[in-house]
Amino acid sequence: MGWSLENISHFIDSWLYNEFDPTIARLIEFLIIAVCVIGLFAVLGLVLILMERKVSAWMQVRLGPNRVGPGGMFQTVADTLKLIVKEGMTPLNVDKFLFNLAPFIVMIVSMVVLAPLMFAKNFQIWDINIGILFITAVSSVSVIGILMAGWASNNKYSLLGAMRSGAQIVSYELSAGLSVLCIVVLTGSLRISDIINSQANGWWLFKGHIPVIIAFVIFIIAVTAETNRAPFDLAEAESELTAGFHTEYSGMKFALFFLAEYVNVFIVCAIGATIFLGGWMPLHIGNWNGFNHAMDYIPSFLWFFGKTFLLIFVIMWFRWTFPRLRIDQLLNLEWKYLLPISMFNLLLVTVIAILKWHF
Amino acid sequence: MGASSLIVLMIAAVAFSGIAILISKFVLKATTNKQKGEPYECGIPTKGPSWVQFNVGYYLFALIFLIFDVELIFLFPWAVVVKQVGWLALVEIVVFFFILFMGFLYAHKKGALKWM
Repeated sequence: MGWSLENISHFIDSWLYNEFDPTIARLIEFLIIAVCVIGLFAVLGLVLILMERKVSAWMQVRLGPNRVGPGGMFQTVADTLKLIVKEGMTPLNVDKFLFNLAPFIVMIVSMVVLAPLMFAKNFQIWDINIGILFITAVSSVSVIGILMAGWASNNKYSLLGAMRSGAQIVSYELSAGLSVLCIVVLTGSLRISDIINSQANGWWLFKGHIPVIIAFVIFIIAVTAETNRAPFDLAEAESELTAGFHTEYSGMKFALFFLAEYVNVFIVCAIGATIFLGGWMPLHIGNWNGFNHAMDYIPSFLWFFGKTFLLIFVIMWFRWTFPRLRIDQLLNLEWKYLLPISMFNLLLVTVIAILKWHF
Repeated sequence: MGASSLIVLMIAAVAFSGIAILISKFVLKATTNKQKGEPYECGIPTKGPSWVQFNVGYYLFALIFLIFDVELIFLFPWAVVVKQVGWLALVEIVVFFFILFMGFLYAHKKGALKWM
């Protein structure tokens, strides 16, 4: 187990501080972090978009992209190259400052949210003690970028799309937050590493009885809506609003919105995997020692990414299973069903936590 | 890594987006004319300004959201200590939810949650 990400990062850290003086070593570490995160963004964008197209194709019994590279592996690279040579034009009547600022804000938000995520055993950028609160707070800033893009575009479709997705994102944030709180109640800590360590003998999804399962289902529904994905994609309903808030964007600015959208899907699924499915914790079943040992041999980052991509697959599955909702149905679902249910569910979880009924 | 990593991540995001946009600017020369600069509304000429009043429903939902979001902020510290405080915490949060729910029912009765 000498080659875990934890050991590699410690090795690099001690080597840098031995070779250089602290200021330079720190600057080099910052540079490494920046390069790693940008690399993660690029890889995630390429992988997730290809995965989306392949999963869609598989659900619809067709082949999907299969020309560029083996099995269409480099299709997204080709698309990115195409988007680079597209003209990034700014329409004449837009609010130029806000129009150009909006993609930056959306990108900054989705990159900053990565800070407290734990990608493998003891491998994260910042183990902040209010990790969950940080994620909830920062990820809700992205709605400002979306509203900004829609408003600045000076286009009726963009405005409508931005308004719809603003109403949708802020509404579903509540039930997502309440279902995250269920796990905070059980753990008693907001720190991501504490939440993961509390799942060493079993994931919360299995340990916390039925209320936690309800919370998990509500969380998945809410984050599907928060990331504007089908069946809640009426903010960019192609048949009504062309592309919603980014109708006027083209070229690289459009690509940035698109990338941020997919990275957000990854982030919310990573949060779900962390708090409900134990993050990098391997699957352990009671006293099956042989099984548990075998599971320990799988590297921790594979567990994390495996769980995350499982949830991403579920969300992609939704897209081809449910028809799109109308805006009034969407808001009814949140305010009349999910919010009261998740508030009541939180009380149930509290009773379980106080009585120590969880395993 | 401490809080300084946030600044690093922000700079990384700005650099990534900025470089991507700059590259595409350098790759080809952008031209513009009046037709090209018009808003895209499916090819039909735009009627009137687009910065218009929008449905008041969005505003109402935003107001109710604000109430519940503040409630969520209050719940975070409560959730951390609920195991140590015990039953008293549960009673307190039931009272808190009851008051909040009364307001929610009032909004519902007034028709704030009905679309249109």
